[in-house]
Amino acid sequence: MVTGPEDGPVVMLAHGFGCDQNLWRLVAPTLAKDFRMVLFDHVGAGRSDLSAWQAERYATLDGYADDVLRICRELELRHVVFVGHSVSAMIGVLAAIREPGRFSKLILVGPSPCYIDDDGYRGGFSRADIDELLDSLDSNYLGWSAAMAPVIMGNPERPELAEELASSFCRTDPAIARAFARTTFLSDNRADLPKVTVPTLILQCSRDAIAPAEVGAFVHAAIPGSALVTLTATGHCPQLSAPDATLAAIASFVCGPP
Amino acid sequence: MSGPGSSGGGGLGEGDQRPDAHLASLLEDSTEDLYENAPCGYLSTLPDGQIARVNATLLSWLGYTRGELVGHRYFSDLLTAGGRLYHETHFAPLLAMQGEIGGVALELLAADGSRLPVLVNSAVKTSAAGEPLLIRTTIVDATDRRAYERELLRARREADLERERLQLLVTTLQRTLLPPELPDVPGLETAAYYHAASRDEVGGDFYDLFALARDRWGLFLGDVCGKGAAAAAVTSQIRYTLRAAAVYDPDPATVLGTLNSALRRDYERNGGRFCTAAFGVLTPSTDGFDLSFASGGHPAPLLLRADGTADYQEIGGGPFLGVIDDAVFSSTTIRLGAGDTFLQYTDGLTEARTGNGRDRYGDQALQAFAAGIAPATAATAINAISALLEGLGNGLDDDVAVLALSVPPSPGDSDGRPRLVDGERP
Repeated sequence: MVTGPEDGPVVMLAHGFGCDQNLWRLVAPTLAKDFRMVLFDHVGAGRSDLSAWQAERYATLDGYADDVLRICRELELRHVVFVGHSVSAMIGVLAAIREPGRFSKLILVGPSPCYIDDDGYRGGFSRADIDELLDSLDSNYLGWSAAMAPVIMGNPERPELAEELASSFCRTDPAIARAFARTTFLSDNRADLPKVTVPTLILQCSRDAIAPAEVGAFVHAAIPGSALVTLTATGHCPQLSAPDATLAAIASFVCGPP
Repeated sequence: MSGPGSSGGGGLGEGDQRPDAHLASLLEDSTEDLYENAPCGYLSTLPDGQIARVNATLLSWLGYTRGELVGHRYFSDLLTAGGRLYHETHFAPLLAMQGEIGGVALELLAADGSRLPVLVNSAVKTSAAGEPLLIRTTIVDATDRRAYERELLRARREADLERERLQLLVTTLQRTLLPPELPDVPGLETAAYYHAASRDEVGGDFYDLFALARDRWGLFLGDVCGKGAAAAAVTSQIRYTLRAAAVYDPDPATVLGTLNSALRRDYERNGGRFCTAAFGVLTPSTDGFDLSFASGGHPAPLLLRADGTADYQEIGGGPFLGVIDDAVFSSTTIRLGAGDTFLQYTDGLTEARTGNGRDRYGDQALQAFAAGIAPATAATAINAISALLEGLGNGLDDDVAVLALSVPPSPGDSDGRPRLVDGERP
């Protein structure tokens, strides 16, 4: 979806794992007053064409980064300010490394280059924690209890069953969501951060269970010349829990010096 | 509820006060007690998740004191690591956007580290101005339910596995009933197509093309009534009977007569199964092939001529095979000249439903289609028919077998039309 003035700076909003472009609903309309807004659903999420999803292509974040670049090419976007939430922060990092000329700025909301603790690095989760998430998503023990129904009935001839049960927001195909969770939480993009040449802002929440403050500090230190702003916001979605502060931070960075 | 004194008079009586009195006697007069000791957990948090109030039921389930949770812990602190990730990526965003969320399966961590499977419902309480004030959450013990779900999942996985095994078995069995590839017949192009209507059942259609002697080939195509393992066993019997009978006496009418006798003999054991079949013997002629041909209840074959016409071939015919004793069949000779294509098929093709109604594709449509593609080689005819069948989509609900034989056109044919010479098989 493209909204906002045609001559405004292009701001592309990318949602993370778990939801779709609805996640931006509290900030996008205001941003659209001044900026050319580009919103999209990753393949497999929201209203995207589920048939376009391929297990192999989306087994790494490169597949998603490639989609971002395709959208830019298709819409002939230049000087894009890419705003990536959660896993889309790293998707934006990968896209900006591949085609730095395409992007004028990066805004990373709650980024984490690696969720799993590693020698001297604290991502916030152990491998066992992540495995538990993936296992429970595989078995659907976690999440929508209603999601059990299509898994058990599993009737591909009657997709409307799953359709009815799914939430009106953030519709996701359970199988695709599981694969996306795997791609997201097993990714490790720490080595990519120093390759970013585009001016970058990190928006960190003060209390975020998924991307803790020290992970934000790690990203800030690893991306040359990056800026870090900490929002007084609890949770992983400041665009929902602190929309005004998020809005202000995005707008001032977009309008700030190149 | 009707009081003991109600006489069904219809008007308001003195008994109408009694239900309230009755309810009051239940002693459910303390909402505080109802909250604390409800048969579900109650939890209220600030919008950021900090626990503000919790009921006694939940505290006893989790083994915490009120002081350990209220003002100190967040809702997500009570979740497993996987649950926390789910909470942050799905639960909290959806709750913020929708104002409520229900039927979410999570596991709570008790003070002793044990896990309690629960179903969670949350709703946001807002101020008059719409500002979120609190998140109210009810928690239902789902231990039993989770066990049922696990069992259903296990059963489902087992069923999927069984289905895969069945489909593998069906595919393998189907393959044994069809020739892996058609043999080389010098001076003839051959092609075949098989569509199985179901992945779960072996189809009842069959065909074959095989060498009988150095310059003689047998071919057959047919349709056993029914599907599945029992029909497949009969198909297997038909195949070896036809092949063996043709070696003994290659006259097609005699071969079909032998098959009829064999099917009659085993009629009971075969569950009363019968079939339609067409049988032919190919021998080279001066400018092509002679096809001696007989049919038992099978649709007439089509001949696509070098001149672009297509006609059904009149075959003497005979009854279904395996239905009556001493059935009589007759052989006819069809001459295949340069550029001619012989096409035999099963009725799944002409019986396919077209459009939304119950209309069938039909013999006339097939003839017109054949005339449209004539002259054609065996391969182009089969390609065209497989495309036609694909186009019929769900209307195609039966198995279909098609066998095509074509004599390559000779350059400078009688109609004078330029024609590509398809390479003869070496």
